[in-house]
Amino acid sequence: MAVADLMDQVATTRLDELVSWCRKNSLWPMPFATACCGIELMAAGASRHDIARFGSEVFRFSPRQCDLMIVAGRVVMKMLPVLQRIWQQMPEPKWCISMGACASTGGVFDTYCVVQGIDRFIPVDMYVPGCPPRPEQLIQAVVDLQEKILREGTMFGKEFYIASRQQTKRALQEL
Amino acid sequence: MPLTLSELADDQPQDGGQPYLWTMNFGPQHPATHTTLRLVLKLDGERVADAIPDIGFLHSGFEKIGESLDFNQYVTVTDRMNYISPMSNNVAWHTAIEKLLGIEVTPRCSYIRTIICELMRISDHLLCLGAMGLDVGAFTHFMYAFNARETIYEIAEALCGARFTNSYTRVGGAMRDITPLVVNLIRDFLAELPPVMDDMDRLMGRNRIFVDRMQGVGVLTKEEAVDRSCTGPIARASGVVRDLRLDEPYLSYADFDFQICCAREGDCLARYHVRMAEMQESLKILHQAVENIPQGPVNVGPDRRSILPPPGKVWTTIEGLISHFELVMPNRGMSVPNEEVYCATESPNGELGFYIVGDGSPRAYRARCRPPSFIHFALFPHLIRGHTLSDVVAVLGSLNIIAAELDR
Amino acid sequence: MNMLPIEETVDALRAAFGDLPASEFRGTTRVVVPAEKIYDVLKLLKEKHQFDLLVDITCVDYLNYPGAKDRFGLVYLLAGTGANRRLTIRAFVNEPEPAVRSVVSLWKGANWLEREVWDMFGIQFEGHPDLRRILMPEEFAAFPLRKDYPLQGFGERHNFPVLKRGES
Repeated sequence: MAVADLMDQVATTRLDELVSWCRKNSLWPMPFATACCGIELMAAGASRHDIARFGSEVFRFSPRQCDLMIVAGRVVMKMLPVLQRIWQQMPEPKWCISMGACASTGGVFDTYCVVQGIDRFIPVDMYVPGCPPRPEQLIQAVVDLQEKILREGTMFGKEFYIASRQQTKRALQEL
Repeated sequence: MPLTLSELADDQPQDGGQPYLWTMNFGPQHPATHTTLRLVLKLDGERVADAIPDIGFLHSGFEKIGESLDFNQYVTVTDRMNYISPMSNNVAWHTAIEKLLGIEVTPRCSYIRTIICELMRISDHLLCLGAMGLDVGAFTHFMYAFNARETIYEIAEALCGARFTNSYTRVGGAMRDITPLVVNLIRDFLAELPPVMDDMDRLMGRNRIFVDRMQGVGVLTKEEAVDRSCTGPIARASGVVRDLRLDEPYLSYADFDFQICCAREGDCLARYHVRMAEMQESLKILHQAVENIPQGPVNVGPDRRSILPPPGKVWTTIEGLISHFELVMPNRGMSVPNEEVYCATESPNGELGFYIVGDGSPRAYRARCRPPSFIHFALFPHLIRGHTLSDVVAVLGSLNIIAAELDR
Repeated sequence: MNMLPIEETVDALRAAFGDLPASEFRGTTRVVVPAEKIYDVLKLLKEKHQFDLLVDITCVDYLNYPGAKDRFGLVYLLAGTGANRRLTIRAFVNEPEPAVRSVVSLWKGANWLEREVWDMFGIQFEGHPDLRRILMPEEFAAFPLRKDYPLQGFGERHNFPVLKRGES
């Protein structure tokens, strides 16, 4: 019956919300700190601007144990394969924050070796502008990402497949 | 058979093709490699038989950018080299440019630059010691150090608006004059730092675990230090008595009374003590400098044609107007001799020098940065042979390798 | 500044190696040395004149420089720790096959400095124990700091596979 179907769907969405709520409140960051933004990332984890208040209690350095990769600093062409490998080692669901101007677009460094934006090679969820961004900006990005996860998160990670299918559809439309 | 330190002499890999040595990759993504450097370790159980460094994971083409940016634009890029003490890189760059152009800054500017260099020295040593503690497991020490650095960030923010990556200096002067607010903030900082340093020292300096991990580890003798071009706290901890602030005084260091801090043993504990002692000496310099800042203008006058004159002068005097026009119009700019110059300053990490080739235009033809971290990282294989895997982080922490300065 | 005069050192160099052009600018003395004599000059300076600290080895590409005669200018910056003096030695090398003798046997600190000059400019150092790229990846084909290499490069920086959502 319609009411029974509705009860099924209501249970799943409530479960999605519950799971997303749990995930967003304990995002464990994997700090991919390369340069100056890495210092502001460390300052965000230090005692004055404490990112642990928002659930990111432990900065695990092993990608297998994290769900949020914060790329802080410029990524050069020698480092990009390392970044990609670390991204692939992280288990789903995973999100990426591109912190700073250099990670988002290449920043000041439009040179022969700096990748002009990691979103050319890695899927990015949040961009934090600044050179370097203040720790408060990074915390705002984490909070915004938490809202995004709550809004769009599903239990089995369907939102990632939807996004990639939409990308293919849009690319085909442009053709 | 474990290899001991006495059997190993040279820089060549000492494994001799033995099959039982195990190769392990350390980095470039690792919490203890202060950002991106990579070591390939050849291990015999826990003992390191050899370490082969692999760098370049942060090479961003700084020297190539220096050939396409103006002197005042490039200072923003020098910030991003040793980003732990960015204003000392700014001062080093502009001291080199002013040496090339033959400009002497005003006494007030000289004092201000000295003050910020010493603040940055304290900031750098705090981070180095904090990270050293963090790497060997002392998290609270790291928190104390970072909290003290936040006060320095507040001073920098009051001075020029940015916490770090400040780009504070300009050719012939500074971006902004120092205000009484900044002076009061510095005075407060000078009052609050000594108890914090005491806390840090009580946590670590006589801590049995820390001393055992650091003493006798990574010994660098005086002859090796000079042979391998070491400068700064690492050389001083090995007994090389050389400090550019006293040997080749620049800015206003000749006016102050302070000492060079040296040690004899050359191990990680000696480097720790040298850095703690240097922070105390910096506090002494700051006490003397902050009370005696000379009055007068911060920037050199418009007749030097190097720094934009204040707007009042531009609209009311002809020299100001001409100077502004000459500096701002793209086909003009400051006139630079076709000469080459090298100028070194005592940055917190060692001797930071810039070799600049001028070609008449306001862009450098070649802007070479002599990076202390690059030269100190070459020491690493020599220091680590024969020690254990856990000593790798201790030695790496004591060398204070900043990856951006390493790779540029 | 308490630096000793270096005219005696320059005179001693001239006595040993013939007439070498020397100049002084802003307090630093620069001596130009022919490229094949670099090793002997530096050996003499290290052993007899107490220049025990090799501060830096670098190179300048004079391709677009007004009034330049040779292409590459190698610069050796020396300092003496005991006597607190500085000296700059310059040598010029040209295309094709720019090469000089390595000074690693005099100062171990020259090892990485010469590797960087090789990596960035393509100058061979004969006798270097391990001359390979240090800052750029091994497979990089060009010499970035030469003046004929553009700042943005030739597209090597974006030559990587793209990872998308849901497949990585």
